[in-house]
Amino acid sequence: MRAALQLSQSGFKTAVISKVFPTRSHTVSAQGGITCAIASADPNDDWRWHMYDTVKGSDYIGDQDAIEYMCSVGPEAVFELEHMGLPFSRTEEGRIYQRPFGGQSKNYGEGGQAARTCAAADRTGHALLHTLYQGNLKHETVFFNEWYATDLIKNQDGAVVGVIAICMETGETVHIKSKATVLATGGAGRIYASTTNAHINTGDGIGMVLRAGFPVQDIEMWQFHPTGIAGAGVLVTEGCRGEGGYLINKDGERFMERYAPNAKDLAGRDVVARSMVMEILEGRGCGPNGDHVFLKLDHLGEEVLESRLPGICELSRTFAHADPVKEPVPVVPTCHYMMGGIPTNVHGQALIVDQNGADVVIPGLYACGEVACVSVHGANRLGGNSLLDLVVFGRASGLFIEKSLREGVEMRDASESDVEHAMSRLDKLNASTGGENVSELRKELQNTMQNHFGVFRDGPFMQEGINKLAELRSRIENAQLADKSMAFNTARIEALELHNLFEVAEATAITAEARKESRGAHARNDFDSRDDENWLCHSMYFPTDKRVGKRKVNFEPKTVDTFQPKARVY
Amino acid sequence: MVTAVTSLGRSGLYDWLMQRVTAVILLAYFLFIGAVVISGPGYAEWSALFSQTWVRVFSMLALLSLGAHAWVGLWAVFTDYFTERMMGSAGNVIRLVAQFVTGIIMFTYTVWGIQILWGL
Amino acid sequence: MLQVSIYRYNPETDAEPYMQDVQVDTGGKDLMVLDVMEMIKAQDTTVVYRRSCREGVCGSDGVNMNGVNGLACVTALSKVVKNNKLVLRPLPGLPVIRDLVVDMSLFYAQYEKVQPYLQNDTPAPAIERLQSPEEREKLDGLYECILCACCSTSCPSFWWNPDRFIGPAGLLQSYRFLADSRDTATEARLAKLDDPFSVFRCHGIQNCVNVCPKGLNPTRAIGHIRNMLLTRAT
Repeated sequence: MRAALQLSQSGFKTAVISKVFPTRSHTVSAQGGITCAIASADPNDDWRWHMYDTVKGSDYIGDQDAIEYMCSVGPEAVFELEHMGLPFSRTEEGRIYQRPFGGQSKNYGEGGQAARTCAAADRTGHALLHTLYQGNLKHETVFFNEWYATDLIKNQDGAVVGVIAICMETGETVHIKSKATVLATGGAGRIYASTTNAHINTGDGIGMVLRAGFPVQDIEMWQFHPTGIAGAGVLVTEGCRGEGGYLINKDGERFMERYAPNAKDLAGRDVVARSMVMEILEGRGCGPNGDHVFLKLDHLGEEVLESRLPGICELSRTFAHADPVKEPVPVVPTCHYMMGGIPTNVHGQALIVDQNGADVVIPGLYACGEVACVSVHGANRLGGNSLLDLVVFGRASGLFIEKSLREGVEMRDASESDVEHAMSRLDKLNASTGGENVSELRKELQNTMQNHFGVFRDGPFMQEGINKLAELRSRIENAQLADKSMAFNTARIEALELHNLFEVAEATAITAEARKESRGAHARNDFDSRDDENWLCHSMYFPTDKRVGKRKVNFEPKTVDTFQPKARVY
Repeated sequence: MVTAVTSLGRSGLYDWLMQRVTAVILLAYFLFIGAVVISGPGYAEWSALFSQTWVRVFSMLALLSLGAHAWVGLWAVFTDYFTERMMGSAGNVIRLVAQFVTGIIMFTYTVWGIQILWGL
Repeated sequence: MLQVSIYRYNPETDAEPYMQDVQVDTGGKDLMVLDVMEMIKAQDTTVVYRRSCREGVCGSDGVNMNGVNGLACVTALSKVVKNNKLVLRPLPGLPVIRDLVVDMSLFYAQYEKVQPYLQNDTPAPAIERLQSPEEREKLDGLYECILCACCSTSCPSFWWNPDRFIGPAGLLQSYRFLADSRDTATEARLAKLDDPFSVFRCHGIQNCVNVCPKGLNPTRAIGHIRNMLLTRAT
């Protein structure tokens, strides 16, 4: 929507296709904030410190040119949001309120904890998403709401010239032509059984790209958020720990002091999540089954909780039956974010790599947000960086498309057979007669991913998972669509989503097995340390031959010195 | 289509304010009349009371207030229920007839009221 | 076994909507209503409803449960079920597309009518526009709206005039911008609200307040708008 806004503002005819009404997208669930060095909490704050934290957080496979761009342009992008009306919380000086988040430091890790995450209470994502939608209303962007994009249309030159989309209300299927197609379809957390993600996070953009034969990058990197409410999967923000909450095991011990003596509960998310799993595995978990730990908040007092974390109080009471004012909240690491995605440059242009390993732009295709892998998050995303990522690179895509449209874009129209090719999956589904039930298959897929590709991974066990997936593929491709009706047929959409989930899951599995090291969110028992010699690189998954290749990480920021890989301690 | 053409003041604020002001007048008037009734007046007392100009003016004001209050209130009721949305194009006809009848009744009462109060 | 009665209508096959009875085994757990709906859909894929975040922030799954509007994902069975029976209907007052899915165009049109975006005709500063915590506090209870339509579809005035009365959700957003110290279009906004329908169809019934899943109070916001109109006129 940020890209659409940019283009509408400049007077270009822009349409947004969304499978849900735009304010129902998953960004709405982001709680804590948007991390950016706007120098409100600390007047001396520097975007370079933010850049350092992000590079370190990424375990050094974040592209430094992209991180540099994000962190340096970030303040401008955030101020624009404020000018659009985003209701940020405020400091006494009237500036935007910033709170501490995990992995944040001052002075390149030397100056202690920083507070850099700009917040609108604990509803920043909601406020941001509504503000962006409102901005688009103001500039009269055209919305195709509750239209579901099924596949990309490639012309004979391999350029992307539009999409096939279904109007959910009427079942009508159309070919939407465009000079620039921006995928902003978000993540695919629903490949896991336990996830903080919305039902709609089914990796539709990744599915489309893989089916079109384009590669995805670092797709094995899945962030498990330390604090999902046990049982429900619902997220409680890192801001809880930023505001002073901490994790305890069954003995009441603040165990993060052992794992990360300096940053403690505000270490990187991968570090905290692993520590929690260790506590649980070593028998110090809480509850009758010892399968979770507690997030302690009551010491912050009712006033702080109700003013800074009102949404958390509400969620905890509803889903954990625990009132944070009085008792700790049961939490467990839960699948949260897909660091990998469609490789892009800083303009949002989707990339492939040629035989010599050089980047080649896919004409007409752009990606931004969670579906993209610019890559600013590398192997582990820092809290609050996802909102910044989507705003900065949505904006950058819009700016770049604007420029290229002004210069003139000439692409050949898709031929009938190109369109037919893109339609084939839908046609097959509509013609299905037998086959298995979609929700059963989805459950099986999610359980396989949860068990074989979770917080800790293991070679042979992953291979077993890959075998299970291989067997699932044909069953999923032949899944049954019993209800063939046209009007608001969500069964059809769910079947199509399942295809996408599977594509993401398979890419994740194969790439995870191939990356023979532990880095960031990817932790292997059989290769338990970082291997900079062989794996200080992006993984690239090529769908046509299910091959995993490598792509160089960018270590050449334009205005600052390169941050060299170091051991990552918090 | 339901429009504001037949509303009292063509303005929501005006109508809303009128509704409140007339309500206050009506309340005051009925309290006044109520107090008189409780004191158990005979014909002579009634007659004396209404021979005073201010009582006639007050009564007239209450009567006009009743008219305005009823118009605003019934306008809202009619534009809620007798509409094209609820009953097709017949809704418009029924609503206008209802408003016309209401108008005639209000007007009749007002004229009659003047007649009674000033004994024309 | 929980007895669920669910509103069914498929425009392609049904001449009339009907209620279908389904039994659901909740295993004695106090599930959310959405969980029950998911269980029903797993058995019968033709049952249609909207859902997304399943944590009460996206506003997709507003439905009418045992006569009361709310979000299925944050409504526990224990809160609505009486005598082991749950009746699920679409939000009232809007055209039904299919089953529990209603056509929300009228609702969104009213939202758009209030120009729900910040308008400020002064040049933007290089940093953010300053706003004191006190000024910002005025937006609390307003900006949190998730556009689920539970309020507007529980409002009789909106049922009767959804094309003319902005409704509680739209008016709450209208006031969200009227109350924002950074917005400079107050006069133009108020001028558009003065007709007898937009604001003044609110009769203070307060159904909106009772059903809002986010605990917001549109009636109070409407009162503030009325006061602003009054101040402006006098």
